[in-house]
Amino acid sequence: MTRQSRRSFLIDSALGLSSTWVMSNWSGILEAKAFADQAAAGQPPDFAFFTNEEGADIDAMASQVIPTDETPGAHEARCVNFIDYGLTTFLQESQPIYREGLKALQAKTRELAPDAGSFAALSSAQQIQVLTAIEQSSFFTTVRTHTIIGMFASPAHGGNADKVGWKLIGYDDTLEFKPPFGYYDAVNEASK
Amino acid sequence: MIQYKPTTEVDFVVIGSGAAGGIMAKELSEAGFSVVVLERGGAGAYGHEQDYSKDELLNIFPTGPADRFMSDIKLQPNTFRRNDKEKALPAKMTLPCVLGGGTVTYGGSSWRHLPYEFNEATHEGSIAGTGFADWPITYEEMEPYYTKGEWELGIAGLRVDSPFFAPMSKPYPVPPLPFKASGTLLKLAGAKLGLTVVPNVAAILSRPYQGRPACIGCGMCSGYGCQVKARSSTAVTMLPIAEATGRCEIRTQCHVHEIAVNDMGRVTGAIYFDTNKNEVFQKAKAVVLAANGMETPRLLLLSKSARFPDGLANSSGLVGKFLMGGNVTHAYALFEHPLNEYKGIVCGAAVLDYVPTDTKRGFYGGGRITGRGLELETPILYGLLGPHGAPNWGAGYKKALREQANHMMYTTCYITQLPLETNRVDLDPELKDAWGIPAMRVTTTSHPNDLKCMEFIRQKSVEILQAAGATTVWSNPIEDARGTPHARGTCRMGNDPKSSVVDKYHSAHDVPNLFIVDGSNFVTGGRNHPAFTIQALAFRAADHLVKAARNGSV
Repeated sequence: MTRQSRRSFLIDSALGLSSTWVMSNWSGILEAKAFADQAAAGQPPDFAFFTNEEGADIDAMASQVIPTDETPGAHEARCVNFIDYGLTTFLQESQPIYREGLKALQAKTRELAPDAGSFAALSSAQQIQVLTAIEQSSFFTTVRTHTIIGMFASPAHGGNADKVGWKLIGYDDTLEFKPPFGYYDAVNEASK
Repeated sequence: MIQYKPTTEVDFVVIGSGAAGGIMAKELSEAGFSVVVLERGGAGAYGHEQDYSKDELLNIFPTGPADRFMSDIKLQPNTFRRNDKEKALPAKMTLPCVLGGGTVTYGGSSWRHLPYEFNEATHEGSIAGTGFADWPITYEEMEPYYTKGEWELGIAGLRVDSPFFAPMSKPYPVPPLPFKASGTLLKLAGAKLGLTVVPNVAAILSRPYQGRPACIGCGMCSGYGCQVKARSSTAVTMLPIAEATGRCEIRTQCHVHEIAVNDMGRVTGAIYFDTNKNEVFQKAKAVVLAANGMETPRLLLLSKSARFPDGLANSSGLVGKFLMGGNVTHAYALFEHPLNEYKGIVCGAAVLDYVPTDTKRGFYGGGRITGRGLELETPILYGLLGPHGAPNWGAGYKKALREQANHMMYTTCYITQLPLETNRVDLDPELKDAWGIPAMRVTTTSHPNDLKCMEFIRQKSVEILQAAGATTVWSNPIEDARGTPHARGTCRMGNDPKSSVVDKYHSAHDVPNLFIVDGSNFVTGGRNHPAFTIQALAFRAADHLVKAARNGSV
């Protein structure tokens, strides 16, 4: 496949369905940036799509997809806000998957830990157990995909807060680079 | 920009503004002819290229002209099947759909065919059950146009004295782009294995040239528009010249669905839907069809008439057939130290030794193994693809993602493909596009020869990456192609109207004032990356067409 068709194939298989922008009245970039700015000012943004309980559950799921260890994870990147905002705009087609998926998540949570109040309240090990049980579902694969996109998209879209995602993978977003690019072309005469 | 009325009979309508169409528009309008270019894509950031978006999310989910480059599968659906015993099912193929076509976003590899690639049937013998044949033109006839293309477009490279490198009457106008780490590693492997590894040849400036600056190495390359105009797309090289003649009008978002023909069997113009879905008929004395090896035959098949019940220019029955979509193999590797392939251009270096056929291997063909990394290392894609040999979520995923970031390269090798009459583009009997026009159907299965060739190249690619000192090397099983923008063969060139669609000057055998110039004219596929040979064909076609038109023989 050429690069473009390869990339479309990867995105479609990762998403399970193709998402499209709502072209006409969407000023999403500006609003996402406003969300990001609000968050940067220390005020957690209100959720546009999730209830607070749902948002906490999705935040917990995202935090298991990309955990926080000695480096920031999906929580610090505010992936849940990226997803929340996206669901009202370019990820609109995924709304039913989230609605049904959150119900299934709650049911699975009650099944594995009857005394727990919510998925978010489970211990990490219990959360991993629940997610492993639903790993093949389109809900889980969708949340995984959206979490990863939120982690590594430009902060202008509401995720990758403070560029923690980019810093994690050593991605420098400066637009101009000069060779040498890596170790091998720096040290080898063969690169000349 | 001049504006013609549709009722004005311009000299030429050019359908498509990409690798071939952009050149035809420029050459014809420079020569004094009136030209209307009909491009189905939007204008992109034509004329204000600094506005091209480098945002990866917007590239995946385009919102508007600065980031939409490919056709919209919802508006332009298509179907696919492996052979005609199957029913074709909806597929996900998209094609370039922007002013300048694929040249606006491609990686820019711009290799010439080697001389023998124009008459391989004479060299290698025919291959039973295939359309393997000589071209009706020679490398000697093409050479001046390859040179013209290199200098007028701005191609970066360095000729080495080697049988793997075509003879050139002039050097490249600008030197090659940086090797990068991937190219350096291929070169180191080449030294161990006795292979010829050279800088890739690309339509991207390495030095300022013709008023455009050198590449800044931004790394958002293939798939993105170039903000600085260093990529030598037809949108920044040819179309501005065409427009400046004052004789060329460029119309975007025009979906041509028929080329009109009169009772004498001459084309009279093109019928298209404009931005408001109004139908417009632009009159012209002649039509140049340059819509890409996939869409060109589709348009001819849509242009049925009493005189051409099987589609325009299709007395041979070969319009749409001999589709060579392009097979490709990859191998992947991790290295101990960072490569940072995510910066710079797509491809630094190419291995040339497996280009020629070696009959001892038991198959025809070969390809250029190129070193890459960029296309898989933009952040979102890298995260979605996930690290090698690790879980795809959780602590293990995150750890491996971090460790492997910037430590990866891979090889891409596009190979030859045998032309088979059964591989083709035609019209789906049921599915329609958003304009109510029959959608494209693709039928293709590669000849077993090509699968042998791919497997050989896959193994060689793995060997090369191992020799380069990788800590881990892997590859996936080979896959047969499904049709791509690299489409070739579907309106093949030839001297005999019974076995070809156009003659050696791109004139349709059946229609004296219809010219077809794009990848569809290829007889054999070459080692893929057809864009630059398409461009040389276009310069040559234009040269002859201008003379013929001035003589009154069109």
